[in-house]
Amino acid sequence: MRDRESILERIHEALMVQAPVPGIGKDGAQPAGSAPPQPVSEEAAAEKISNWLPVVGEAFEDQVHLFAANSADLKTEFYLLGSQVEMLERLMTIAKEENWKKIGSHHGFLTDAAVAVLCLPVCETTAYYDVNDLESCDAGISECEALIAQTGSVLVSSRTSGGRALSALPPHHVVLATRDQMLPDLPSAITFLKNKYTTGFPSFISFITGPSRTGDIERILVLGAHGPKKLTILCY
Amino acid sequence: MNTSASQFTKDAERITRDLRHRELIQTALSKYVVARDAKKSRFQDWEEARQTAAGIKWDAINHLDKHLVEFAKNLEARGGKVHWAGNGEHAREIIIKIIADREAHSIIKSKVMTGEEIHLNEALEKAGYSVVESDLGEYIVQLRHEAPYHFVFPAMHLTRGEISELFQKELGSEPTDSPEELTMIARRVLRSKYITADIGISGANFAIAETGMISITENEGNARLTCALPKVHIALMGIEKVLPRLDDLALFLPMLGTAGAGQMMTCYNTLYGGPRQIDESDGPEEFHVVLLDNHRTRLLADAEQRDALHCIRCGACLNVCPIYKNIGGHSYGTTYQGPVGCVITPHLRGLQDWKHLSFASSLCGACTQACPVKIDLHHHLLQSRRNARSQKPVWWEKTAFKMFSIVANSPFIWGMIKPFARLGQMFHPLIKATRLDPAIAWTRSRELPKVAPQTFKEYWRKRK
Repeated sequence: MRDRESILERIHEALMVQAPVPGIGKDGAQPAGSAPPQPVSEEAAAEKISNWLPVVGEAFEDQVHLFAANSADLKTEFYLLGSQVEMLERLMTIAKEENWKKIGSHHGFLTDAAVAVLCLPVCETTAYYDVNDLESCDAGISECEALIAQTGSVLVSSRTSGGRALSALPPHHVVLATRDQMLPDLPSAITFLKNKYTTGFPSFISFITGPSRTGDIERILVLGAHGPKKLTILCY
Repeated sequence: MNTSASQFTKDAERITRDLRHRELIQTALSKYVVARDAKKSRFQDWEEARQTAAGIKWDAINHLDKHLVEFAKNLEARGGKVHWAGNGEHAREIIIKIIADREAHSIIKSKVMTGEEIHLNEALEKAGYSVVESDLGEYIVQLRHEAPYHFVFPAMHLTRGEISELFQKELGSEPTDSPEELTMIARRVLRSKYITADIGISGANFAIAETGMISITENEGNARLTCALPKVHIALMGIEKVLPRLDDLALFLPMLGTAGAGQMMTCYNTLYGGPRQIDESDGPEEFHVVLLDNHRTRLLADAEQRDALHCIRCGACLNVCPIYKNIGGHSYGTTYQGPVGCVITPHLRGLQDWKHLSFASSLCGACTQACPVKIDLHHHLLQSRRNARSQKPVWWEKTAFKMFSIVANSPFIWGMIKPFARLGQMFHPLIKATRLDPAIAWTRSRELPKVAPQTFKEYWRKRK
């Protein structure tokens, strides 16, 4: 506690001297052509940020197209499917191809249906579970908060995606999503979270952008460093 | 010269001549530049994005007390515990006490540069705990008992052959020259560590005042496992990491990814707000955040260089720095290398001991141009040079400049002295590149330009 007061006092003292504001000269004179600093409102700031980030189209088709292109870049397997039945068929094909013996999943509208058709032993991560049990799963199947077209990211949280480890521990993470979960960009994803969790955020929220990767050896890309080696997104 | 300065000169000279090192670094960093530029070009306006980011950071740092108090209040409301550490010693004590209270033994760590700064691993090992680094690059340098070479790419100076040899020796693995196989070896070894560790220690890239959350940016998933599986999560972060609003992340996450590694978004950008909540299935029972000052307030008090605290540790300035590319990361002898390290280290560890770093720059300004939050890095290096000299003037430099000013201010003396240049150069070969040579720093590896056979005045007079 002693440190808290002394740190805050040192900060207070240090800030007595004004730092030059970005875009303004030392003596307070404003060099020609530079904009003054703007303490802007929250909405205006969010809107401004959208203006600098990569372009995203307004139509759903544009956004899906962008998401698919980003996924290809990131080595994420992205499938846009016609119906839930098609999604489940695709999932069963993957399970067969990869010879899954056991899966991790959580309760949810989409995941329950998936677990039902796969007929495999399941490690449920809806409530407390054994980590070793989840570690031995071949895949983790989860729902998500949203998909973000701008960056090809999946937004997950501890509340809607089966906790913290389901999307990180098994070697293959499969995300089940619906078309209405597609959001255009990062600012809208943050607005979405703020509107949804007015009474308190989940303790874990993550933007997952592609399967786990590393470039720590000679800057050569390797997938599956510590997290999933594969990321598959099934959306209908 | 003090020890850190002479060490710097010695190491820099040795590494600069190492052609293998040069090739390795140049190849790695040229790949980075290509990837970064491709992502930068996807922004609608990168320059405006930088300006906005600089403005947000300016607000954050210039109202730091307010934001920190708000952050701590919001995090504690969510069940987290905030600790304030004035210096490294206090931070180490706080962390060791948390671990001791839990009677914990094994610790898994994801990348924490502030941990390197306060020598946390040494302290933990001395206290009898086993600590394992989980970031692949950090794990490799930990096995080598070495400091990170680059604060974003810690093992960039090693070839796959060297890493394979290291793994054979330390882990008993089979030799391989495939980066993929090497990564899988580390993955297998570390998997069991996450599951059995009692404590997970992480850093933080941003702290959101508005919501009381920390944000961690990573690619491998090691931080995600570190913060999910052990019963206690301790995050150590510098006080300058705070951002006012959650919305700010919409800008900072893609800018950090782009500038740091040439990725629009790094693989995992995760927000942690508190321990496991009642309705959640996993996560730690305790969540501690240690806020570290360790002389950051000294930098804050320097209004001229305060913007160095805007740094988001993306490493972009290192990646473009001609000096870094030649002398490598270890020569600096600091936790934070490259241009930003040269700016902040004298503040964090003492100006007189680290003033030599302000000369580790060609002042080309590539760092300033690369910085996503527009820190005026190369001018800060000039200011540090000035500050070091005015704090502790060097008598012979002062005398030399005084003499020069007398000579250069008087045409008469100037004219008298001029012919001696030619005379001096005639005899120069006798002492050239020896200890007696006043121009030794230059002549050791280069030729001095010839003094013209006649001065301009002589030429002009003869022409008439």
